[in-house]
Amino acid sequence: MPSEFPIPIPPLPLPEAVPLAWYLILSAILFSLGVAGFLFRRNIITVFMSIELMLNAVNLTFVAFSYHLKSVDGHIFSFFVMVIAAAEAAVGLAIILTVFRNRQTLEIDEVSSLKL
Amino acid sequence: MHQLWLIPALPFAGFLVNGIFGRRLGKPAINAVAIGSVLLSFLWVVKTLFALGPLESAYTESYFTWIQSGIVNVGFDFAVDRLTAVMLLVVTGVGLLIHIYAVGYMSHEGGYYRFFAYLNLFMFFMLILVLAANFLLLFVGWEGVGLCSYLLIGFYFLKKSAGDAGKKAFVVNRIGDFGFSLAIFLTLVTFGSLDFGAINAKAAAMSPETSAGVITGICLLLLVGATGKSAQVPLYVWLPDAMEGPTPVSALIHAATMVTAGVYMIARSAALFNLAPIALEVVAVIGLLTAVLAATIGLAQNDIKKVFAYSTVSQLGYMFLALGVGAYSAGIFHVMTHAFFKALLFLGAGSVIHALEGEQDLRHMGGLRSKIPVTFLVLVCAAVAIAGVPPFSGFKSKDEILLAVHAHSPWMFWVGVVTAGMTAFYVFRAIFLCFFGSYRGKAHPHESPLVMTLPLGVLALLSLGGGYIDVPHYLAPLFGQPNTDHDMTLVAISVGAGLAGIFLAWLFYVVKPAIPEALAKGLSGPYKLIYNKYYVDEVYDSLVVHPLRDGSRSVLWRGIDAGLIDGAVNGAGTLARSIGAGLRTMQSGYIRRYAAWVVLGSIGLVAAVTFLGGAR
Repeated sequence: MPSEFPIPIPPLPLPEAVPLAWYLILSAILFSLGVAGFLFRRNIITVFMSIELMLNAVNLTFVAFSYHLKSVDGHIFSFFVMVIAAAEAAVGLAIILTVFRNRQTLEIDEVSSLKL
Repeated sequence: MHQLWLIPALPFAGFLVNGIFGRRLGKPAINAVAIGSVLLSFLWVVKTLFALGPLESAYTESYFTWIQSGIVNVGFDFAVDRLTAVMLLVVTGVGLLIHIYAVGYMSHEGGYYRFFAYLNLFMFFMLILVLAANFLLLFVGWEGVGLCSYLLIGFYFLKKSAGDAGKKAFVVNRIGDFGFSLAIFLTLVTFGSLDFGAINAKAAAMSPETSAGVITGICLLLLVGATGKSAQVPLYVWLPDAMEGPTPVSALIHAATMVTAGVYMIARSAALFNLAPIALEVVAVIGLLTAVLAATIGLAQNDIKKVFAYSTVSQLGYMFLALGVGAYSAGIFHVMTHAFFKALLFLGAGSVIHALEGEQDLRHMGGLRSKIPVTFLVLVCAAVAIAGVPPFSGFKSKDEILLAVHAHSPWMFWVGVVTAGMTAFYVFRAIFLCFFGSYRGKAHPHESPLVMTLPLGVLALLSLGGGYIDVPHYLAPLFGQPNTDHDMTLVAISVGAGLAGIFLAWLFYVVKPAIPEALAKGLSGPYKLIYNKYYVDEVYDSLVVHPLRDGSRSVLWRGIDAGLIDGAVNGAGTLARSIGAGLRTMQSGYIRRYAAWVVLGSIGLVAAVTFLGGAR
């Protein structure tokens, strides 16, 4: 692929000391922990943290692939995810606060009044 | 330009004014609008015809392109030739007289403005019908007069029989109109045009081998349309029932003008019919059959308007007979004279009914000669005209027809002569029962006002002298020279039949009133048959109406509508509901359960992609 920069950047001698698969395995474990936490914990804060865990597991995958494929796309994706996660954290924490004020509880199964 | 459009536009304006503002207008204003518009229309017809001169060929006015789509190119065109001229004068002239008469006849009726609005609307559509230069515009007028006929038959809509009669007329006419519209489609496909002029030219140019079949088809379909509108066998059943309408309506629509539209339409398509001898023969046979059938029914009816209604059917049969033997000009001549004397018969009957405060049964009349002398006089004028007594108008036109029929086939002539005798008999039977003997009713007869007797007088003069308007020679450029060789033997035979009918009626109902009762007893079988109109209504009822209604009820309604269509619609609803009921159990409201569904779904998705190889 011809470089668009005026000065050609020499390919970086990137070490492959840690294989890609290890990153993916770690990411899968983190993601599974997030899912499990989301499904089995009842505290809303913990559920919320599980979501963050899942997001970061995905981020790890993106960055690992980005490094492996020597493409900057994965980085950009993970930045997006971080921005969204920050925004979501702001909204989510606000919701959790309001829920607690109204219900005096953080038990997630108590908050089920949105069903039909 | 002669501004032909004004002729129908004037009654239409009258319809709009009376229809929209009539409720607030007083009777004098309604009268002025209704009669004035028709009078102006009549005067415009006269002025235009004078301005157009001899009218050797058709004069056409094109206003705008109405429909332009593919091969369909229909203009909003009016045309006047000699045939149209005769019809225009008859429609506006007789229409004007009947409008004037109706002012007197309807003076005590409710819905006065509605009546005149409908009547004006009828004039509008009838004038469109006769002025149209192509089949589609003619069809507009054709359907329009059908609509007005329906509205006016059902004018006394609080009476169930009137509403039923209106519906019957509408439905029976629909059958005919179906045939007519098929004829129009076939014409369009065959000739690529609907203009009468273009069709005639193209039909004449076609080679006989290719044209015979399709033109016969077109003509037979046109005939189906004509049998509906002009009350021919087998679709005549609506006309006698149509007498439920007010008497001026019976005179204008169901005697003088609308029912002759079929005759006019066939005469207008004469160039096609001349190429289809089989269709012409069918026209003649249907006409003859109708004439005989209706005349025999008329012999035994007791309602004065029913007698004249069957007489109308019978005379229309005569006109079709004339058309069928190729004597188009004689047919149109009879249209004109019939318009005079049959309008007069109906209006006279209306005057009798008016005098007797609604009584229509001949058995409750009698001896009215001295009580309503003017009505008596004009009805006798009409009766001698229809009976074919020389030298009055009915004699002239009937003679013309019978001579042409004799030249075509003698047996038809003899049947026609017998029918003429029956015609004379039943008309004079009505006259004698109504005006001679002693009065058998309870009402106090009074002569009708001048506004009614004046049109009667004019029509009486036309009935007596209308035969001297030489229509057949006037129409010669269109239909060829009429047969001028009047065989005196044949004339004498047909006149003799008429006089014999009159004499028999006089013998039966004046001299020896016991004879008809004895005859009815002695020949009770045939008498019952004609008294009950050959049970045609009953036969249609059991052969057509009942199967249709029962079929609709059990198959179409219970089976298809309630079972299939409702079942499908309701089934779709039930299915959606039960699926929803199943799915809503997923929506428990517990967030963690939703998350579990998401996880399961994504696992399923990944599994599907992996095992089915979706990702390529």
